[in-house]
Amino acid sequence: MSAAPPPPQVKSFHCPNCGGPVVIRGFATTLSVVCGNCHSILDAKDPNFAVLQRFQAAERIEPLIPLGTRGKIRGDPYEVIGFQVRTITEEGVDYSWDEYLLFNPYKGFRYLTQYQGHWNDVTVLRTLPEVTNGARPVAKVLGGTFRHFQTAEARTTYVLGEFPWQVHVGETVSVMDFVAPPRMLSSETTGSETTWSLGEYITGQQVWQAFQLPGSPPRPVGVYENQPSPFGGNLKEVWLWCAAFLLFLTLIAMFFSTFARNEEVFHGSYSFAPHANQEPSFVTDVFELKGRTSNVELSTRTDLTNNWAYFNYALINSDTGQAFDFGREVSYYFGRDSDGAWTEGGQRDTAVIPAVPSGRYYLRVEPEMDASAQGVGYEITVRRDVPSISYFLIAALLLLVPPVFWTFRSMGFEQARWHESDYAPASGGGDE
Amino acid sequence: MSPTANCPNCGAPIRFRWSSAVQTVCEFCHSILVRRDVNLERVGQVADLPADSSPIQVATEGVYRNRAFQIVGRILYEYEQGGWNEWHAVFSDGASGWLSDAQAEYGVSFAAPMTGLPAAASVARGQQYGFNGVLYEVTCLTRAHYRGVEGELPFEYWNKDEVLFADLEAHDARFATLDYSDPQPLLFLGEMVEFDNLRLKNLRQFEGW
Repeated sequence: MSAAPPPPQVKSFHCPNCGGPVVIRGFATTLSVVCGNCHSILDAKDPNFAVLQRFQAAERIEPLIPLGTRGKIRGDPYEVIGFQVRTITEEGVDYSWDEYLLFNPYKGFRYLTQYQGHWNDVTVLRTLPEVTNGARPVAKVLGGTFRHFQTAEARTTYVLGEFPWQVHVGETVSVMDFVAPPRMLSSETTGSETTWSLGEYITGQQVWQAFQLPGSPPRPVGVYENQPSPFGGNLKEVWLWCAAFLLFLTLIAMFFSTFARNEEVFHGSYSFAPHANQEPSFVTDVFELKGRTSNVELSTRTDLTNNWAYFNYALINSDTGQAFDFGREVSYYFGRDSDGAWTEGGQRDTAVIPAVPSGRYYLRVEPEMDASAQGVGYEITVRRDVPSISYFLIAALLLLVPPVFWTFRSMGFEQARWHESDYAPASGGGDE
Repeated sequence: MSPTANCPNCGAPIRFRWSSAVQTVCEFCHSILVRRDVNLERVGQVADLPADSSPIQVATEGVYRNRAFQIVGRILYEYEQGGWNEWHAVFSDGASGWLSDAQAEYGVSFAAPMTGLPAAASVARGQQYGFNGVLYEVTCLTRAHYRGVEGELPFEYWNKDEVLFADLEAHDARFATLDYSDPQPLLFLGEMVEFDNLRLKNLRQFEGW
């Protein structure tokens, strides 16, 4: 095709203002290019590269990724051809972020944005999101629901390299951000035209890797608006697992309580008086503990009033002599004071001895009381294999610890995220 | 395969890639030739096309929705913020469509004959129109002028002044374009496509890429 235009080439020329070298890497897509030496913005389509604007920069800003660097993003090579800093001012404070313009002659343009060590991989959207206005607007697009984060006026404060539009320092656009971590949706409105773009949070390490940059990326500061929560993503999963384990635990508990023998194997009534000149200790008749190795519950019911008693118990296997020794204190006090009636303790005590093998057993009992006490009447009941839910309750509580902890961490992260938004908790708004 | 003729200006053979072409450009003398019955009439001359960066060229082949197509021509438009190409794509079944390339954003569209389209004077940003049951919103009005043509086109297009285009977008990848180059507005319906999905062959080469 002789009518076809010449093949595109990288173009180099001298800045008409200062004579410094200028390169155009974006072929014919470039509309304006900045002289890195004198900060003149030049008309790339003009044969003489007419100066469109000259801007004063308070300081030279060196892009973290130098212009002309090539990297690989999602499998495709891209070259950094443009760089701009954009600034929003809130309550008199400037917040600036960097935008890198990336070019591939086949795949077109994409952007990398950087704010305090947080990066986004951004592409222009060619699908119109559906915006629902309200107290908290929501935008839906590509199957995602994005929540409004903030609306601000962003102005271009610094430019380097080249752009497929007529770039102008000082130009202001109205920016709206919507987030659905790790993605974010942004609209930029100038005059009557709105452009939508979709960003995805990426780490500095990923950027460094993609462009094979030396050193390490700047550490991210704080929580960024679409930064994926290290806790949020699998919070649901954590709770689902927890619920599954709780269900399992409940089934086990139900199984054990249904099939527990819960059998009364011994019952006796006694009395004890400390002043009686008698040997306090005695042994009971032999009773049989049947079934598999399981627990034994010993309950002591007394008629104590404003007194205490201590019971030394030993559950002894009459065949092997194996003994389970334990002591129980029972005390019951009551009265009335300026706050009204009060009670302390109780007349009953229950002890559970876990894992007692089956066999023939008897109890050795030795009560103690204050020497001045009147004495006590008491009943001893021994039950074999009682359903016990306390272990299951402890297990359930332990099981709840990780998801509860996880949920708190997640809530803290979300709070940090939304603190930077238009919806920060009403703390006067001035201490942003 | 394709009908051949000779350029009425320079006598060079004119080979058509698409039998229904209404207009073509002589590769040798750049004459714009329009078919009149069996004859070719020279209606003008193409100025050299400006440098552009489209990776597509005449004879590029690709696939759209499982239908193979070949690029046989194009219209290059320019406006104050840049330019774009409408590449004329001819499908294996003879259908004719357009592959647009605006700064390496690609869309495939087809003429959608329809009456009762909004007049140029009444179309405005933000308006919504339903075409074939899909709701589109006017997102952008562009006044562009024809900057050049290349190859074969399904209509005569060689002497147009500034043209108004209305771009409409749907809530998915679909778009519509209203073309006010004729008194009777033309509607094109299409969708944005991923470069890789077009499986393009015979592309232009970029030095260093």
